[in-house]
Amino acid sequence: MPKDAIGPIVQGQGISLTIDGQAVMGNKGQTILEAALAHDIDIPYLCYNPRISKTGACRICLVRVNETMFKTACTEPIAPDMRVVTEDPELTEIRKGILEMLLAEGDHNCLYCDANGACELQNLVMRYDAAMPSGDFPRRHRTIDEASSKGLKRNEDRCVLCGRCVKACAEVQLNNVWQFTGRGGNTHLTSDLDAKIGDSTCVNCGTCAQLCPTGAITLQPVLGRGANWDLKKESSICIYCGVGCKIDFFKNKGGQLVRALGHPDGPNQGHLCVKGRFGFDFIQKPARLSKPLIRENGAFKEATWDEALDFVAARLKEIKAQHGPDAVAALTSAKCTNEDNYLMQKFMRAMVGTNNVDHCARL
Amino acid sequence: MTNSIREIPASAGYLIIGTNTTENHPVIGSMLKNEVINKGKKLIVADPRRIELARWADYYFPIAPGTNIALLNGLMHVIVKEGLYDRAFVEERCEGFGDLAKTLEKYTPEHVAGICGLANPQDIVGAARLMAGLKPMALYYAMGITQFVSGVNGVKSTANLQMLLGNLGVAGGGVNPLRGQSNVQGACDMGGLPNVFPAYQPVTVEENRAKFAAAWGSGALPDKPGLTLMEMFNQAIAGNIKALYVMGENPVLSDPDQHHVIEALEALDLFVVQDIFMTETARYADVVLPAYGFLEKAGTVTNTERRVQPMHRVLEPWGQSKDDWWIIMQIARRLGADWDYKDAEAIFEEIRRVTPSYAGMTYARLEEELLQWPCPTPEHPGTQFLHKGKFSRGQGLLTAIEFTPPAEGTDPDFPLILTTGRILEHFHTGTMSRNSRVLDELAPEAFVEMNRHDAQDHDIGDGEVVAVSSRRGSIRIKARVVDTIKPGVVFIPFHFAEAAANVLTIGAYDPVAKIPELKVCACAVEKVLPLTDTAGGLS
Ligand code: SF4
Ligand code: SF4
Ligand code: FES
Repeated sequence: MPKDAIGPIVQGQGISLTIDGQAVMGNKGQTILEAALAHDIDIPYLCYNPRISKTGACRICLVRVNETMFKTACTEPIAPDMRVVTEDPELTEIRKGILEMLLAEGDHNCLYCDANGACELQNLVMRYDAAMPSGDFPRRHRTIDEASSKGLKRNEDRCVLCGRCVKACAEVQLNNVWQFTGRGGNTHLTSDLDAKIGDSTCVNCGTCAQLCPTGAITLQPVLGRGANWDLKKESSICIYCGVGCKIDFFKNKGGQLVRALGHPDGPNQGHLCVKGRFGFDFIQKPARLSKPLIRENGAFKEATWDEALDFVAARLKEIKAQHGPDAVAALTSAKCTNEDNYLMQKFMRAMVGTNNVDHCARL
Repeated sequence: MTNSIREIPASAGYLIIGTNTTENHPVIGSMLKNEVINKGKKLIVADPRRIELARWADYYFPIAPGTNIALLNGLMHVIVKEGLYDRAFVEERCEGFGDLAKTLEKYTPEHVAGICGLANPQDIVGAARLMAGLKPMALYYAMGITQFVSGVNGVKSTANLQMLLGNLGVAGGGVNPLRGQSNVQGACDMGGLPNVFPAYQPVTVEENRAKFAAAWGSGALPDKPGLTLMEMFNQAIAGNIKALYVMGENPVLSDPDQHHVIEALEALDLFVVQDIFMTETARYADVVLPAYGFLEKAGTVTNTERRVQPMHRVLEPWGQSKDDWWIIMQIARRLGADWDYKDAEAIFEEIRRVTPSYAGMTYARLEEELLQWPCPTPEHPGTQFLHKGKFSRGQGLLTAIEFTPPAEGTDPDFPLILTTGRILEHFHTGTMSRNSRVLDELAPEAFVEMNRHDAQDHDIGDGEVVAVSSRRGSIRIKARVVDTIKPGVVFIPFHFAEAAANVLTIGAYDPVAKIPELKVCACAVEKVLPLTDTAGGLS
C-alpha cells in the first residue's frame, strides 16, 4: 500500500481520533481508511485503490464508528475525537457474509486462475475463513473472452463488481472502455457498449488488469509463465520514452520474464503504456547477440572477448597514429545508462583525444 | 522539462505543440487528459495531424508542418497588441521585449493563418486571449518543434511565449520538452555531445579542459568541438572520419537519408557496433560487441523532468554479453588507461565529482528519494522546477524570431508534404518494440497516413499498397486513409525497416543544433499499377 497517496499532516489541519484505541492524527478530508493505512493499521478493503476515486461499493471496509454506527472506512471522512473499531465479532461476521456472497455469485476456482496467489479476494477469503455457501445459488454466467485482445484476458465470472477497472480506464488511462450495465443482480461489465475487448478502443495499457483485485481482468502472457508465488520481482526503468516509468518486472524460476507492473513511486504513479507493459520480451529473444563477432573476408566470425577487444584497440591505435585523433568518432546512446554515456565521452576525449562524440538526441 | 510531471495538476491549462503526447509519451498524455476531461482544464493543440488530444481542445490548429514559429508569433502578436502579457514578469525578469514586439507586428492573425494554412484567423485571437487567462499554463512540445531547419528558433519561440505570459519559474508552468528516449536527457547531461563535457561545460573553455584533465589524470584535452552525428557521416564520405564506434544506436534506420548513411558506413576503415541485436546498422560493422540489455544492467537514467532513477539488475546476463561501460573500459585499458571501475556506482561517484548538477546525488539517496537535478550538495533536495526567482543567465532573453520556411517546398513532381513520427505501439527503429511479441502483433506493418481528399485525387483506397517517393528515394507502403491529417500532408512512422521513412527524408539540418529536418520534406504518393499483359509483362 503506497503511503505517498497520503500526505504529511498539514499544519493546523490535523484531526485526532482513535482507531482500535490507538490515538491517531489525520488530515482534514482524509478518510478513516487513509488515516488507518498511514499508521499501518490494517483495514481490509476491496474496491478501494489510492489511484482512483472512491466508490464504497464492496463494503468490506466497514468499521464501527462511535460504538453504534457502521461506516465504510474508505469513504467516511475522519472527524475530531472519532472512535473507530476495525474488527469485532459482528464486523467479522458481516465481512465473511459479503465474501461468501461474492463466492456464490461467481466462479472462483483458483486452480486455473491467473490471479491465484496474487488475488485480493483470495487473501480475504483466507483471512475470514469464508467458504462457498451450501445450497443452490443461481449462477450467472457472464462474459469470458480470453482471446480477442492481444493485451487483456477477461473472465467476468471472477468479477466482484468493485469498479476498479472502470475507474482505472476513466481516471488513470482516460480511455473509458469499461462500463457497468444492467441492474441489481444482472450488473455486469461491458467494454465499449458490448464490443469484444479486442475490438474496443482499448489501447492495451493494462492498467485495469493491474488494478483488478481478482482474476477477472488479467494480462495476456508475454513470455514466461509460472505460479505467482514462484515469481521474483525487481524494479527498473522503462527503456522506451523519456517519461521514465518505474516498473516492477517479474521473472519465473527459469529466469524468464513474466510480467511488468507499474510501480507507484515512479513518475508514472503506477501507470504504464502498452510499450512499458508488454514491450520487454525482446530482451530474451534467441536472436540476441551472445558473442563478439569479427568480420573476416566479408562474413562475421565468432571471436573471444580478448580477440575482439584487442582487434578494436589495435585498429583504433593505428588509425589514430596515421590520421590523427579527429579521424575517430563515436556515437553514445540515449538507451544506455548515465554511467555508460559518461565513460564513452571520457574514452573519446581522454583516451582517443577527440570531441567527436554525439548521440541521437536530435532524432 | 523546466517543470515536473507531478505538477500537471497545478496547471490551469496546456499548450500542446509538436507532440502527439498520447502516443509518444502516453503516461503524460493520460495525465493531461485527466485534467482536461475530468477537471475542466483548458487545452490548446497545434499539430498537422488531428491527434487524440485535439478531441478535447478548446482550440485546435491544424498547421502545416514547419510553421510552428509563425503560429507562436501570431499568438504573441495578439498577446502583445492587446496588452495581455505579464508586464511585471517581462519588466522585472526579461530583456529584449522591444525587439520582439517589433518583429511580432507583422504576424497578424490573417498573415499567420495564411502561412500555417488555417481557415479561421479569429481562432488565433481567441486562443491567445484564453492562454493569457490561464495562470499558469504549461507548454509541452517534442520533436514536432525541434526536427526542422528552424528547430532552435522553434524552441526559442516557445520560451518567448512562456516568458511573455509569466509562466516560467512557477509550479504548473514551464517550457516542457518531452524527451523521446529513456535516457536522452542523461546522455546529454553526461557530455555525450561534441561541444560539452558533463553538465554542459563547454570544451572550448580552457578552465573546463584543465579541470577535466586534472580529474581524469589525462594529458591536454582537445579544445576543438567535435562533429555532430550528421557531420560524422558527411566526413566519413569525404574520407576524414576513418573509424566509428557506435554504442546502442541504429543510424541506418533513425537518420535521415538512409542511402547517404550507408555510403558513409561503407567508407569507414573501422566500424565497431556495440548492441544487443544484429541491427540494420550492425550489418555494416567490422566488429560487433554484444552488450547487456536494459534489464541486465544496474545504473542510473535521467528522465525528461531531470529526475535521476536507479535501474536494477532484473535478469542474468545474456550469453557472453557485457556491460557497455565494461566494454569501453576494456578498450580504454588497451589504449593505456588505468581505469578500474568495479561497478556502475564507482563510475557514478566519479560523475558526481565532475558534474555539479549531480554532485549531491548518491546511489543510496536515489533509492530513497525523488531527486531532480540540479542537486549540488548531499543535503540539497533536488530541483522540482527551474528558473525560480531568476534565470540561470540572469535576465530571461526574449528573442525576436522570424518564421522561415522548411528547406524543401512542394512542387508539381513532389506535391505533398511528408512528415514522420512514431506510433503508440512502437519505438524508434523498432529494434526493441518490433522484437516484442504483443507490440509486433498489435502493429505489424508500416503505413502512410493520408487525407481522404488526397487519396481520392490519386485514386487510392484504404489499405492499398502505394509508392511514396521523394528526391532521395522511394518506398512501397500501405495507405491508411483518414480524415484526421491535414490535406496535402502525409505521415509515415519511421519504425519499419522494410518501408523506411528515412529513405525519403531530407538531410537538411538546423545550422546551430544540427537537428535534421525529419518532420518535413516534399514527396509524391502514387498508385502502384499492377503489371498487365499490355504493359509487356516481365519477359
Ligand atoms: S487496458 Fe487500459 S485502455 Fe484497455 S480497458 Fe484497460 S485501462 Fe482501458
Ligand atoms: S511505459 Fe510508456 S510512457 Fe512509461 S516510459 Fe515506457 S514508453 Fe514511456
Ligand atoms: S473498500 Fe470500502 S467499500 Fe470497498
